[in-house]
Amino acid sequence: MSRVATLKINGQDVSGREDETILEVARENGIPIPTLCQIEGLSNVGACRLCLVEVTGISKLLPACTTRVAEGMEVRTESDRLTHYRRMAVEMLFAEGNHICSVCVSNGHCELQGMAVALGIDHIHLPYLAPRRGVDASHERFTFDANRCILCTRCVRVCDEIEGAHTWDVMGRGVGSVVITDLNERWGDSPTCTSCGKCVQTCPTGALFIKGSAVGEMTKRNTFLTYIAQMRGNLK
Amino acid sequence: MNPEELHSLAEERREALDQFQHRVVVCTGTACQAAQSQKIIEALDGVVKERGINGRCAVSAGGCRGLCSAGPMVAVEPTDVLYQGVTPDDAASIIDSLESEPVKALTCDTSAPFFTRQKRVVLEYEGRLNPESIDDYIAAGGFSTFVRVLTEMTSSDVIEQIRQSGLGGRGGAGYSTALKWSTVAKALGTAKYVICNGDEGDPGAFMDRSVMEDYPFKVLEGMMIAAFAVGAQEGFVYVRAEYPLAVKRLKQAIRQAEKYSLLGNNICGTSFSLKLDVRLGAGAFVCGEETALIASIEGKRGSPRPRPPYPAESGLWGCPTLINNVETYANVVPILREGAEWFAGIGTERSKGTKVFALSGAIVNTGLIEVPMGITLREIIYDIGGGIPDGKRFKAVQTGGPSGGCIPEQYLDMPVDYQSLAQVGSIMGSGGMIVMDESSCMVDVAKFFMEFCMTESCGKCIPCRVGTAQMYRLLDKISQGRARLQDLEVLEELCDMVKHTSLCGLGQAAPNPILSTLRYFREEYLAHIVDHVCPAGVCKIAHEEIAL
Amino acid sequence: MTRKTIATVWLDGCSGCHMSFLDIDHRLLDIADMIELVYSPLVDRKDFPESVDITLIEGSVSNQADLDKIRHIRAHTRTLISLGDCAVTGNVPALRNTIGAEPVLQRAYMEPDMLNPQIPTIGVPPLLPVVRAVHTVVRVDVFIPGCPPSADTIFNALSDLLNDRQPSVAGKTRFGA
Repeated sequence: MSRVATLKINGQDVSGREDETILEVARENGIPIPTLCQIEGLSNVGACRLCLVEVTGISKLLPACTTRVAEGMEVRTESDRLTHYRRMAVEMLFAEGNHICSVCVSNGHCELQGMAVALGIDHIHLPYLAPRRGVDASHERFTFDANRCILCTRCVRVCDEIEGAHTWDVMGRGVGSVVITDLNERWGDSPTCTSCGKCVQTCPTGALFIKGSAVGEMTKRNTFLTYIAQMRGNLK
Repeated sequence: MNPEELHSLAEERREALDQFQHRVVVCTGTACQAAQSQKIIEALDGVVKERGINGRCAVSAGGCRGLCSAGPMVAVEPTDVLYQGVTPDDAASIIDSLESEPVKALTCDTSAPFFTRQKRVVLEYEGRLNPESIDDYIAAGGFSTFVRVLTEMTSSDVIEQIRQSGLGGRGGAGYSTALKWSTVAKALGTAKYVICNGDEGDPGAFMDRSVMEDYPFKVLEGMMIAAFAVGAQEGFVYVRAEYPLAVKRLKQAIRQAEKYSLLGNNICGTSFSLKLDVRLGAGAFVCGEETALIASIEGKRGSPRPRPPYPAESGLWGCPTLINNVETYANVVPILREGAEWFAGIGTERSKGTKVFALSGAIVNTGLIEVPMGITLREIIYDIGGGIPDGKRFKAVQTGGPSGGCIPEQYLDMPVDYQSLAQVGSIMGSGGMIVMDESSCMVDVAKFFMEFCMTESCGKCIPCRVGTAQMYRLLDKISQGRARLQDLEVLEELCDMVKHTSLCGLGQAAPNPILSTLRYFREEYLAHIVDHVCPAGVCKIAHEEIAL
Repeated sequence: MTRKTIATVWLDGCSGCHMSFLDIDHRLLDIADMIELVYSPLVDRKDFPESVDITLIEGSVSNQADLDKIRHIRAHTRTLISLGDCAVTGNVPALRNTIGAEPVLQRAYMEPDMLNPQIPTIGVPPLLPVVRAVHTVVRVDVFIPGCPPSADTIFNALSDLLNDRQPSVAGKTRFGA
């Protein structure tokens, strides 16, 4: 049994169970915190750093998605400094891959694109890295375009944690990191992939999409994760 | 094995050693092995047999003497004569001079400051012991501390001793070892683990390698005491695969300790059981970060995860886990043997004990040294290190590897301790110390370390993955004389962001080499950007029109 | 009231941003007496004027002529606007950045079955090795992303500038819009 804590988020008094994260409690109370790698229903990895928040008495910024609430905690989810860092992180993603929104299947439905709007990003002031990345269109129904991948690892987690196939994983280091199917084999040849499409539906960008989608046609449906999260919540 | 058995074994072994009038000990550390010390042992053996004195003279392998640049080193005991730069051809003259004057041409002056100014706690045996023989270690008093702890002390006694000693983690941050131990000891859970972090990966650092190679038993004994103190039943030494000699000797040491029942079930007839094993790192620098290291032992990809929960609460396979650095464990036995007060008497008010440093770069005496905390950088570099070669001028000393910073001349008289180093924008780190003279370009130095961080970033969090690549690109642009002042602004912006938002220590500390060189050598950056020159003449300046 | 001089420039882009600009439609009349269009693909003038109040740039900097032009324009413009994704991010022209200029030329001019395959060099400026967004080459004062930005967005930004307000396009347009 977890104890209940009362805390302040942006000056607002809120309450949560001590096994809940700052992000969960904030969202329950209608306080938005930006996230990209986090998605309800999958484990939290604290990788995108967009949900970093300030907590009084702690000099480091803490990821809201993995930090549990505690009695008396004072959390700030918005500040000039946080906005600046969040913008830079999103700019970094745009600069890292090859994100050409105008020709992307997810144009208009992309979480990265939406995040840029939400944070008021109107240009990228960091140098574009323009990496040379490939496209794997070997699967009969889906395509993976590494140019649009932001390495959030949602596909890796949903495949492992929900579908139980663990077809996806990460290979390489640093900016050379890339998500792969099986042991870096063609997706279409994968003996482990069940073609369930959960990876496609949880992908926040146009990196994973259904074949035949034209520009802006790929909308993602990940309500199954919400359902799973609710079921889990009921079990708590 | 009970205390009496250990005692008599030690006696027996000492007597056996005393039978020899002369013992010739050849360093078999990595540096001396690379300089053919194995051949020297064979040659010495051959001469001893030829002269028919193998009953009086023993030739054995030993550990590092510290002065790696003068290797291979050969020591003669009990006269304590030290030879340097020995070749197999010198074997005969060394053996033939045992009864008379030492060979002048090869003698290494052990009254030099390199030897006299050091304070050896971790390296207390000065390479005298054969690292592959548990008997040698036991003869020198080894494992008696562990057996005493096991039979006479309680867990809290041990932790209290460590607390009084003031020992701080030697992995770099100096976090209180006793606090870590007591947290793991108090953590709930029946299964607990101890881990020794031997994934030393900083460029220019080879302290832990040397300690593991030369004193594998001492490291194990420290771990065994720690396991007893925190209540762990199993442990791992995590060593990078690039240290094959350390791996071999640790594995050997574990086997030998098991044979003597110093490891296993119900050690010394007590209820304490411990199983130790070696795990190899596959070459990722980030696996030196504790949560990544634990993931790697679990067989997963070596990526860090956010803390808390700290490993002390939830570590290996979700169990409370104590994870300390090699050198930290190597300090445990001397502390418990000589007493916490003795240890606390070494060093400064807030940094206790000694620190092992790997001296390298533009310095006369390259090698491994151990000095009391609080010694000045000047003493290390000029007295022990012998100063800068070729009449060049000192420029900066880099401590802490890719997570550390460059310290300029004005701080040479600063005491070396955790707090002072942090104040000037560097860190103690694990103990790499790279000396740079006037021929080094600080932009180039920063670029070198940034390239290292960029390629070693695990790629999990955005700031470290992309930020290090962005910073590297900008440094490269600056070093080519193609950058504009705005680029410097962006560079500083990136430093701030990566430092404060990265997931683990690798990213958080990655900007340090830039920040410290910018702090002390900003004019060098400006020279590259504004005047398009590299003052040290290191960087290749692009003179053609800026290639877009 | 003195009219503000306005220029529009077409670098490496599809002219879609200019089309969107014209889509401002009858509202152009509302601001017609506040502006004077002094240089544009839509007017005849060949040389860039000595001093322009507001210049809208469509397209990325892809060849040597683009580079020379934008540097000259920057020096003679008070407020420079990157209009549309090509100018703001490099967009479609920058797709070639992952492979370089040479393979693109090879693919376009040498690989297809043609009578006399050759890469044109006379009368056309050489491609830059990397396609650049405008702000990576010269200072840019206002960014209006979008592919193309809507007529409303352009009109609002322009109105703000004409009324000496700093335009804000946040939330009104996006990359790829």
